[in-house]
Amino acid sequence: MTPTSPVVLLVEDERQIRRFVRTAMEAEGWRVVEADTLKQGLIDAGTRKPDLVILDLGLPDGNGIEFIHGFRGWSSVPVIVLSARVDETDKIAALDAGADDYLTKPFGVGELLARVRATLRRQAPASTGSDGVFRFGDVEVDQANRVVRKAGAIAHLTPIEYRLLTLLIGNAGKVLTHRHLLREVWGPSFVESNHYVRIYVANLRQKLEADPAQPRHILTETGVGYRFQQ
Amino acid sequence: MQNERPDPDRLLAEVKAQEAAAQRGHLRIYFGASAGVGKTYAMLAAARALRSQGRDVVVGVVETHGRKETEALVQGIEMLPLAERAYQGRTLREFDLDAAIKRRPALILVDELAHTNVEGSRHPKRWQDIEELLASGIDVFTTLNVQHLESLNDVVGGITGISVWETVPDTFFDNADEVMLVDIPADDLLARLAAGKVYVPEQIERAARNFFRKGNLMALRELALRRTADRVEDDVQAYRSDQAIERVWKTEASLLSCIGPQPGSDDLVRSAARLATQLGIEWTAVYVETPTLQRLPALERERILRTMKLAQELGAKTAILSGEDKAALVVEYARTHNCSKVVVGRAGRTRAWPWARGLAQRVAMLAPDVDLIEIGRGEAGTTDRPSAGAARAEPDDPRRDTKRLRYLWALVACAATTIVATALLPYFDLANIVMLFLLAVVLVALKFGRGPAVLAAFISVAAFDFFCVPPRLSFAVSDAQYLLTFAVMLAVALIIGQMTAGLRYQARVASYREERARSLYEFARDLSSLLETQQVVDTAASVIAQTFRADVAVLVPDDKERMVVRNEGGAGLPVDIGAAQWAYDRALPAGVGTDTLAGSAFLYLPLRAPMRTRGVLAIRPENSRVLLVPEQQRQLDTFAALAAIALERVHYVEIAQQALIQMESERLRNSLLSALSHDLRTPLAALVGLAESLAMTTPSPSGTQLETTQAIAEEARRMNALVNNLLDMARIQSGDVKLRRQWLPVEEVVGSALKSAQSALARHRVEVELGRDLPLVELDPTLIERVLYNILENAGKYTPDGTTIRLTAELSGDDLLVAVSDNGPGLPKGQEEAIFEKFVRGARESSTPGVGLGLAISRAIVDAHRGKIWAENNPAGGARFCFTLPLGTPPAAPSEEGAGQRAL
Repeated sequence: MTPTSPVVLLVEDERQIRRFVRTAMEAEGWRVVEADTLKQGLIDAGTRKPDLVILDLGLPDGNGIEFIHGFRGWSSVPVIVLSARVDETDKIAALDAGADDYLTKPFGVGELLARVRATLRRQAPASTGSDGVFRFGDVEVDQANRVVRKAGAIAHLTPIEYRLLTLLIGNAGKVLTHRHLLREVWGPSFVESNHYVRIYVANLRQKLEADPAQPRHILTETGVGYRFQQ
Repeated sequence: MQNERPDPDRLLAEVKAQEAAAQRGHLRIYFGASAGVGKTYAMLAAARALRSQGRDVVVGVVETHGRKETEALVQGIEMLPLAERAYQGRTLREFDLDAAIKRRPALILVDELAHTNVEGSRHPKRWQDIEELLASGIDVFTTLNVQHLESLNDVVGGITGISVWETVPDTFFDNADEVMLVDIPADDLLARLAAGKVYVPEQIERAARNFFRKGNLMALRELALRRTADRVEDDVQAYRSDQAIERVWKTEASLLSCIGPQPGSDDLVRSAARLATQLGIEWTAVYVETPTLQRLPALERERILRTMKLAQELGAKTAILSGEDKAALVVEYARTHNCSKVVVGRAGRTRAWPWARGLAQRVAMLAPDVDLIEIGRGEAGTTDRPSAGAARAEPDDPRRDTKRLRYLWALVACAATTIVATALLPYFDLANIVMLFLLAVVLVALKFGRGPAVLAAFISVAAFDFFCVPPRLSFAVSDAQYLLTFAVMLAVALIIGQMTAGLRYQARVASYREERARSLYEFARDLSSLLETQQVVDTAASVIAQTFRADVAVLVPDDKERMVVRNEGGAGLPVDIGAAQWAYDRALPAGVGTDTLAGSAFLYLPLRAPMRTRGVLAIRPENSRVLLVPEQQRQLDTFAALAAIALERVHYVEIAQQALIQMESERLRNSLLSALSHDLRTPLAALVGLAESLAMTTPSPSGTQLETTQAIAEEARRMNALVNNLLDMARIQSGDVKLRRQWLPVEEVVGSALKSAQSALARHRVEVELGRDLPLVELDPTLIERVLYNILENAGKYTPDGTTIRLTAELSGDDLLVAVSDNGPGLPKGQEEAIFEKFVRGARESSTPGVGLGLAISRAIVDAHRGKIWAENNPAGGARFCFTLPLGTPPAAPSEEGAGQRAL
């Protein structure tokens, strides 16, 4: 643990969960700052300049979403949310407020670390090849020429399909809510037309996935949205 | 051209009427001029023809009168047994309405439409039975003679000299779907009569001989033909406007007929009905109740009420107006209700005053723009038919005795005044003595009313003359100027007496009205403060019982819409629940004074509130005539309406309270469940995490230690799944499955379910086959994923490793059918349904983990989606779990401008 190690701010009121998250993160070379209330978390977020925030939604002095609202006002540091509720609305609200990812309790250490890595990877410049071509599976997306190839053959995408695909791969690893996708691809007046996204994602899967019923890249986060996985 | 287009409103009304008629049974009337024309024969022949085409025809009642041809026609058609009713020691056989409704044939034959039922039947008249049959969707064939038509009743009576009292309202006849005229010439009928082919009851044979005269028969035949022609013309008119061949211009104005207290008003009503039918306009019958008419004897008032009822049966709207000035009220009513024609009866020959004007003249003066039709009165008495209500012998009016007494008191008062006057005569001037007599008249008028005052006026003048004016003790008058004194005295006494009596009457009416208003006000006030149904029921029952001096039961529906007596005092009363149910179901009054179950001792009034009927008020007044008096009826109706509104208000108060309680308990449950969910999950999360982090400690744990930590984490996860299931079950059990339905391709749910079941299916082969071009389905993705996950996990759990699990989705009728089948051991026989119960597992005592909640939850979720879920064994072996989801109309798919053209 060196002074240059990245700092993670862990806002969580359960001591035992803090304990194992700290163990896991420290094993990965992180410096862990713990806060057990929302208020303390916001203070630490300002003073300790974290590189990542792991935030429990159910805090004794308020909802974690308030933290995100406050925090996103001045920082774009990634936030991973921990939720003990199965209800999707909390997750959607957290994601829409600016959280980058979420984990449902109980979660394993392996899951946590995978999400942390994925989130940080996104912070790095886009993982596009030096030739400006993004590759996943046997698909190549040539963003310079706006051409998509699958197994070498040109896949014919409509403009909206293409826009949706580039949005997904631009946020690879991140969960994008239906609302977010609708707003970005169709515009703000379409945010309630959930079935638009669903139809287009189905189309993209038909054109790009090996088995559209068991997709490997364009994944469904049930009730929340979609996540692109390279 | 405006004329060629039918009025849309009218067409709409017609379409609605056609829809209502589609549910109602079809009525065909075989109509003839007289008995013996062959109506029954024609009806049976038609019924046989329909029966041979496969219609379900039943004979309800047919009078064959022993005629062979007719009897032969009845043979082979199913006959409903007749109900037996005891009446005055005899057993009479009567058409069995209940049996007919229970049997529900497609078509029923009921002969003799005008028949009057035995007392104690549900309806007094057979046409009312038929009305009920039609209302319950059964087609009816029936027969009718022209003389039984209400509006032609008096005409036929006039022609034949025999007036029948079994009549059928014209509205019923006019509303029949079909009328078939059965017609034979008079000579043929007479020939049939001579051959004994016409049934004539023995006891009226002589009367019948008068009836069956050629002249009569020809006249009757003409009437029947005309009436049928009228109907056909109506049909033609309706057809024309329907087909827009020519728009028949129809004035919206209607006809107003004024009913008076005189006998013969029935004729007036019939004439008005005929006139209205000919003009094709609606009509209204009004009766103006003036204070004078309020004092009429009960029998006459009953006759007026009967006339009003007759008007109703002939298709009129009726109204009772009350006030002083008949003509003004009639004119006002005509103006406000757009009646351009007013029908009045011709005034009687006797008039109270030579300058008094008849109603017709006064109406003409007040409203010169109104068409006035004056109708001659028939001879009184011929129309005065006995009715069930009037036939009952009424005890002598007790007021008659007190009336005599009042006159006696007037005489006593005059005598006393005379004695005093005679005593004072020596001391006072005669002019002052006159004042004493006048005072006596005023006092008598004040105390005993109009009649005694008149008597007192005359007696006083006579006594004054006899005892006070010289020569005394003689009616002779010495001075002629006393004649003026007498005249003035008489005039003043009469005028003051009448005015005083009038005042007294007005004051009585006013106080009576005030009392009525006050009792209504108090009732309304009492009701407004009540908050429970029981309180409303008890208050209404006791107040109405007190006001009308009657036994009262208030019935309200229970959960199954059955009537139950709810007030304390009503439990012991012989209330006919069936009649109350009838009144409730149809929102129509039944019992005494109505057409339905008129033999009952109670009147059953539906408590109609704005939203629906809330119950029934059963009332049996000590004096049954109370229910016939219009103002009492109105007051009772008002009481009933107030009670109904109070019941409705209380009902909504109860609903609001329930909703509040439900909201509160729901809130409590939700916060409890989410707290539970949080509190149970958090330690589990710690357990999983801590166990896994144990594996990462340095130095690395040994193989067995590693296995232990993995097992801890594994068990904690299982525990978590269990907690999830239990919490979900708790939610579902409390009826709290809220669907977040969204339109999505089924492929997406299948994909995410397969992904979450990945570990459970790791050692199985999974095949997915989704039908091509499946439409979007509206479902809650999270919940349906749970269903699929549970089924897939189940398949993984109960089949040996390496078996193939096939997931298919296809269209099946109006549903999407999703099936998961395996080639494992299959389900234990007879357990296909049981496994969806809570805590039931396929294999008993197995070591396979799970509490057996998964399928129960799945069923609840699919049920909430209005789908079906079931399990079965594949014929080829293995189990198959299926569920369906109803397909709806998906929202429009997004369009993409230039889609495909700019394809990349």
